[in-house]
Amino acid sequence: MDTIDLTLIWALIIAVGVFMYVLMDGFDLGVGILFPFAPGEEARDTIMNTVAPVWDGNETWLVLGGAGLLGAFPMVYSILLPALYLPVLFMLVALIFRGVAFEFRFKAKRSKWLWDISFNVGSTLAAFTQGIILGAFIQGFEVQDGTYVGGMFDWLTPFSIMTGFGLIAGYALIGCAWIIMKTIGDVREWAYSIADRLLLITLLAVAVVSVWTPLMHDAIAQRWFSLPNLFYFAPVPIVTAGIALLFYRALHQRNDFLPFFCALGLYILSYTGLAISLWPNVIQPDITLWDAASAPESQLFLLLGVLFTLPIILGYTTWTYWVFRGKVTKDSVGYH
Amino acid sequence: MDLDPLLLSRIQFAFVVSWHIIFPAFTIGLASYIAVLEGLYFKTNNPVYLRLSKFWIKIFAVSFGMGVVSGIVMSFQFGTNWSAFSYASANFMGPVLSYEVVTAFFLEATFLGVLLFGRSKVPQGAHLFAACMVAIGTFISSFWILSANSWMQTPAGVEMIDGVFHVTSWFEAIFNPSFHVRFAHMVLAAFLTTGFFVVGVSAWYLLRRKATESAKIMFSMTLWLLAVLAPAQVIMGDLHGLNTLEHQPEKVAAMEGNWETRGNVPLLLFAIPDAEQETNHFEIGIPSLASVILKHDPAGEVPGLKDWAPEDRPVVGVVFWSFRVMVAIGFLMVAVVAASLFLRWRGRLYDASWFHRVCVAMMPMSFIAVLAGWLTTETGRFPWVVHGMMRVEDGLTPALTGGAALTSLLVYIAVYAVVFAAGAYYILKLVQAGPDKEDASVRDVHAEYRRRPARPMSAADEALDTQE
Repeated sequence: MDTIDLTLIWALIIAVGVFMYVLMDGFDLGVGILFPFAPGEEARDTIMNTVAPVWDGNETWLVLGGAGLLGAFPMVYSILLPALYLPVLFMLVALIFRGVAFEFRFKAKRSKWLWDISFNVGSTLAAFTQGIILGAFIQGFEVQDGTYVGGMFDWLTPFSIMTGFGLIAGYALIGCAWIIMKTIGDVREWAYSIADRLLLITLLAVAVVSVWTPLMHDAIAQRWFSLPNLFYFAPVPIVTAGIALLFYRALHQRNDFLPFFCALGLYILSYTGLAISLWPNVIQPDITLWDAASAPESQLFLLLGVLFTLPIILGYTTWTYWVFRGKVTKDSVGYH
Repeated sequence: MDLDPLLLSRIQFAFVVSWHIIFPAFTIGLASYIAVLEGLYFKTNNPVYLRLSKFWIKIFAVSFGMGVVSGIVMSFQFGTNWSAFSYASANFMGPVLSYEVVTAFFLEATFLGVLLFGRSKVPQGAHLFAACMVAIGTFISSFWILSANSWMQTPAGVEMIDGVFHVTSWFEAIFNPSFHVRFAHMVLAAFLTTGFFVVGVSAWYLLRRKATESAKIMFSMTLWLLAVLAPAQVIMGDLHGLNTLEHQPEKVAAMEGNWETRGNVPLLLFAIPDAEQETNHFEIGIPSLASVILKHDPAGEVPGLKDWAPEDRPVVGVVFWSFRVMVAIGFLMVAVVAASLFLRWRGRLYDASWFHRVCVAMMPMSFIAVLAGWLTTETGRFPWVVHGMMRVEDGLTPALTGGAALTSLLVYIAVYAVVFAAGAYYILKLVQAGPDKEDASVRDVHAEYRRRPARPMSAADEALDTQE
């Protein structure tokens, strides 16, 4: 197996898995974040129903990310989770509360408000803690001999708080674009009316992260701003700006579908930018993918299964979205 | 006060995993039961089966949801509290747990959507297929998780290099020496748990003269199944015990409360084991019976705890008593199915209200038996996290502070109290509503589908707090 770099393949698989999670749970968390601002009870029912059939499939990608990380990069798993003990705890609690809100909200009458809060606060807190985890991941961790040796609050910095709020904005943006795509009437009008501001805040957050990250790590500044890298990587910010412009125009031309795909594009580019910054490290500042990899026989054994099942899983997922395609209205509640 | 992160993490793990196992123990059997009901409906077109299936699907949806959210916590807890264990065992545990996700979780999640909401959207055969896929998914999931757990009990197919396990044979590691007995024992336990729940619910309807037609059907068919499975579990449990005797003799010594290695060991019915003085108080036992069961010979030699250094012994009191609770409930189950066979023979199965009361009382028993069984096997593994190879204290996250561990423990207790109380309340409400409220005509199925929001995991649409 010397000719095939299993670790590289695994880095790609995990990256795709995490991206699938961020994208898919991103819009359904975003719907939860925007939930209390929707115009009225009917609108809230409608937007919740747009994500109801798909949210738990979306969250399975998070479980895959966790298990896959343990299987392919155990050092990352056993450094990240202890270092992020408290943010992970609160993320899980948030996900529990928003998950059961789907179950209970539609059955409750007197206690409905309670599950409204559970859904909104759960979604927002999940986004915030995931943003903090992202920020802490970019910052790096204090590691000795492959073991986390920092404190329980090392993740708490102005930078991670900023990325926490940034991710709330980002999820709200893609959630908003999703609502535009999946609804009509008052609900869609409301979503259009807030999309501009969300786009602006998200772009601002992306810009701040893009400037702040190289300031934190010299190596990352070197990576981006030395020649000839500057030319290789320049398309990333340029295309980002282009998509942002397209996004803005789509909103004003009332194109229901384009905003969601523009948001998708922004996610892909931000993700690419992050990968360029961190490569080849998987734990900042100095643990590479290859340092953190599990034994080759384990990576191979798992790869065989994943290569076989992942296409099937992607098939399922596409099919589910196809079954539940189309607009959701307040009368139908369900799908047609 | 000094907070011990090791003790707190152990308590937290026990707490979280105990709450979690209740739901899979119930849903593994229920998924199969639903598949059977869907199959019967497909074959006979009898609306009773449709009503029953729709009724149990709602309860399944809520329990499955509870299992999912508590399961997500489990998969992260290995890393947060037991990172040293995770790191050391990742070469085996990582692939095995990932295989569970890609072969079982996605299968269940996808076909559950079709099972819950696809009845009017896909042909009836495809719907039955979805029910079967969900059931198969629960078995695949148990396969991997039992393999992982058995490997911690009876590790095989690995060697330890620089403190990290490396897999030398995947086959030996996955099908490790205790896997087959554990898998069979747990699947049977799951079927018994679901079976006694279904029997309890139908007995309650019979007592209340509610939904009697459907109640009789599920009461009878489930008792037939239990008549086979309850005795089978006793035999399986015995095989499991013999397997444990071979591979983890100190656990058997603790289960029997036996201190000295000797022959003619009595089967203790009651005792208070005293780890400090290495003896039992107030022993009541049947002479030589433990030797007979374990060695098929009254003079058979049974290992005693004193063969191990005190720091290498399991927590004898917990193992001893939880084992007895499990076994007692197991024999109680056999007695109940024996009574059911007798009543059936006399034609009084649906009239003997004393028996229906017993069946209602049995509902929580099988859950208790599952918890007691896991408590026996898990505390019986201590002080090892990987038996004979890695001790529990070496698996703990090095950076974890007592304060953080206490915080997470308290948070989980508070969250689970709220969430699982709401879930249990909701399941009871569904049981109260009964299967006869379900629409059984195909046209109504469509109408109901249109009325109802299409939500995976939310097929249950009873109002939570507006019912009479």
